[in-house]
Amino acid sequence: MNKSKLITSKRILQLNLQRYAIGFILIAMIIGMSLVSPVFRTSGNAINILLQVSSNGILAIGMLFVMVTGGIDLSIGSSIALTSVVLGKMLTDVAPGNLWIGIMAAVAVTVLFGSLNGFMISKFNMFPFVVTLATQLVIRGAAYIVGQGASVTLVSPKLRAIGTGKAFGTVPYPVIIFLVIAFIAYILLHKTRFGRYVYAIGGNRLSAISSGINVFRVQMAAYIIMGICAGIAGIITTSRISAAQPNIGIGYETDAIAACVIGGTSFSGGIGNVSGTMIGILMIGVIYNSMNLLQISSYWQTVTKGVLILVAVLLDLLMNKK
Amino acid sequence: MENVKKDNNENVILRMNNISKTFGGTKALQNARLSVMAGEVHALMGENGAGKSTMMKILTGTVKADSGEIELNGKKAAISSAADAIKQGISIVNQELSPQPYMTVAENIFLFREHVFAHTGLLNKKVTNSAAQKILDDFGIDIDARTEMCKLSVAQMQMVEIIRAVVFDAKIIILDEPTSSLTNREVDILFTIIKDLKARGIAIIYISHRMEEIFEICDRVTVYRDGCYVDSKDIAKMNNDDLIYLMAGDIVEFAKAEVEIGAEVLSVKGLCGKGFYDISFDVHAGEIVGFYGLVGSGRSETMRAIFGLDSYDRGEIFLNGSQTSIKNARDAINQGIAMIPEDRKLYGLMLHRSIRENSSLASLYKAQKGMLLDEKRETKEVTERLNKLNLKAESIEATALSLSGGNQQKVVLAKWIMTQPKVLIMDEPTRGIDVAAKAQIHNMMCDFAKQGMAIILISSELPEVMNLSDRMFVYYEGKISGEYSREELVKVELAKKAVLTNAFGK
Repeated sequence: MNKSKLITSKRILQLNLQRYAIGFILIAMIIGMSLVSPVFRTSGNAINILLQVSSNGILAIGMLFVMVTGGIDLSIGSSIALTSVVLGKMLTDVAPGNLWIGIMAAVAVTVLFGSLNGFMISKFNMFPFVVTLATQLVIRGAAYIVGQGASVTLVSPKLRAIGTGKAFGTVPYPVIIFLVIAFIAYILLHKTRFGRYVYAIGGNRLSAISSGINVFRVQMAAYIIMGICAGIAGIITTSRISAAQPNIGIGYETDAIAACVIGGTSFSGGIGNVSGTMIGILMIGVIYNSMNLLQISSYWQTVTKGVLILVAVLLDLLMNKK
Repeated sequence: MENVKKDNNENVILRMNNISKTFGGTKALQNARLSVMAGEVHALMGENGAGKSTMMKILTGTVKADSGEIELNGKKAAISSAADAIKQGISIVNQELSPQPYMTVAENIFLFREHVFAHTGLLNKKVTNSAAQKILDDFGIDIDARTEMCKLSVAQMQMVEIIRAVVFDAKIIILDEPTSSLTNREVDILFTIIKDLKARGIAIIYISHRMEEIFEICDRVTVYRDGCYVDSKDIAKMNNDDLIYLMAGDIVEFAKAEVEIGAEVLSVKGLCGKGFYDISFDVHAGEIVGFYGLVGSGRSETMRAIFGLDSYDRGEIFLNGSQTSIKNARDAINQGIAMIPEDRKLYGLMLHRSIRENSSLASLYKAQKGMLLDEKRETKEVTERLNKLNLKAESIEATALSLSGGNQQKVVLAKWIMTQPKVLIMDEPTRGIDVAAKAQIHNMMCDFAKQGMAIILISSELPEVMNLSDRMFVYYEGKISGEYSREELVKVELAKKAVLTNAFGK
């Protein structure tokens, strides 16, 4: 009896350590960089980091929902591009000057593809990896078709304001949008019945079914949320480059997945949370920023991110499998 | 005396001593043992969950024992993996075969032992085929070694797997329910092969529930019950009843509280589905109705259909007198049916989530405050419920994984009691649970009945069902083969014999 109790407390300690370890590492990185680089410790740079991670952060939040159900969405990078060209098309041809209609149309398209992913995965029990690998191509192709393969410069100042404007002259809008979305996600995942069901599906699908949960609906919802996030991130990206381009967003899914995994989200589902994901995305931001400041080639940033994912997945395996 | 003499014989090829194994909180084996002699067919028997399969998993290296030792040919052996077991001469032919379906028979037989050309190291197809064909012919098996594996029947695949074990120089071959999907003629062929293996000095460990096979082909039997070793005996000195009694054990009478039986709550008429045919029964408020039978006899299958986990083809289900249709678990729960599933890890628990989240999952709608969850209320209700069930845990925020088997089952129980069901289906509710927790769960069941719940109890443990049931049904091959009232059940010995005869056929 005593023995099993010991094991229990050891395990809880382990889980907590894992949960907080990643936060401590982030804090250590921030302190270390602040000591090394005077530029790093300015508030301007902090806001800069937040701005840089905001659209990836929004994607990571969406990815968290999908990953907690035990799934994955590889199609979001393409969705960014499709959002961009649909928005461009709306603003130049269909409804010029009407930004909101353009945004609605763009998000509607990503929601549509999110539903398609969710439907295939949930209804036919197809592998999320395979489904979204395929829709990734479909969506990317659609982006090239709609945009006719070309980049179109968008001159709408209202659109430009979304990505480059600042509230109170200091906090960029994308950062605010990111934080609001993270807050909503936190409430949804951790404070509502829906959120609990998302965890239940990933934690044990059969148990969820036999507990009377409508697995189809919850899983669909997770992919639709991912779609909405991709749409919003796509609009921010389009706004910041002031152009509708069918070739943007390549590899964005990797960053989103990396952020989730670094933040303790399990590939097998059922484990992960918003705060961990936020830490994950900030860590990626800090690494990019630091390497820029230390003038390390961007090629090394990619390598570092890859290594970080490997370490995080290994940690996940060691901590959660036994 | 004779047993001891035999055990000391040099012929003993395998001896497993004091084997214990705990999974999570479940004690699967406690000081279990087994000794097998070369050239014998040794039956392993016991109810489901008795420990046979864990014992075999330890022997074949797929599960590591917590304690105990294994001797092969009188020498201590350490078996660290499945590959290691094969290397040391232990092969298993599982009930579910797992060949390489797109390779030929010959390629399957020599998988990991391929014939290659000496100089180049490339595969030598010709020698592979002829060697495979030769050994098939030796055993009188009529299969062309060049056939693709997936074109064979199940019986043929099984033969190939056995041949494969022989090629790997197996000294011990474990056959797990080898006849479960064979026709009578195929069984005869299998038995011829088994006799051939015996003649070659190979020991066969034979796991089966079919009595007549045990008596036909086996030399000795070892019986397990609740993870413990019961006895080893010569088959020739036993009859059917002896063996059944060894497996079921003595029935210690349990003072079941008298409960007023109320109105009919659930009634099933002519239900047919996959694995069960023409099932009719009813359950009243305050009544515990037991279902006994072998695994696969259709008990669990029927209940899964009633709870909406599987579909059924024909038949009617009535709740409180009115006909109803149940398409999925949600329908069932909404209509007041709850089911504690047989496999709590597969269907019951989210092992990595907290006790609180596990307990409240099926009744979360009750802890809703506007759009959000009322976590305070959730915590309060879960705590109250679990206290009543005597749960031992550090905190309700600990993971389900950290609990012992009995406590895990209490969490599952709490989850379903919180939905306030009218009908509670319990499938093997005390499997793998220690004696104290078992008694607690039995008492709780009586309490639930007293509160007016209608309880369906499925169990492979005869004492459990016989003691708790107000009425009891016996399943055999998908049909109800017997029904017993409380009055009949209290005449323990008489009832036991009748029940076992109905459950095992014959």
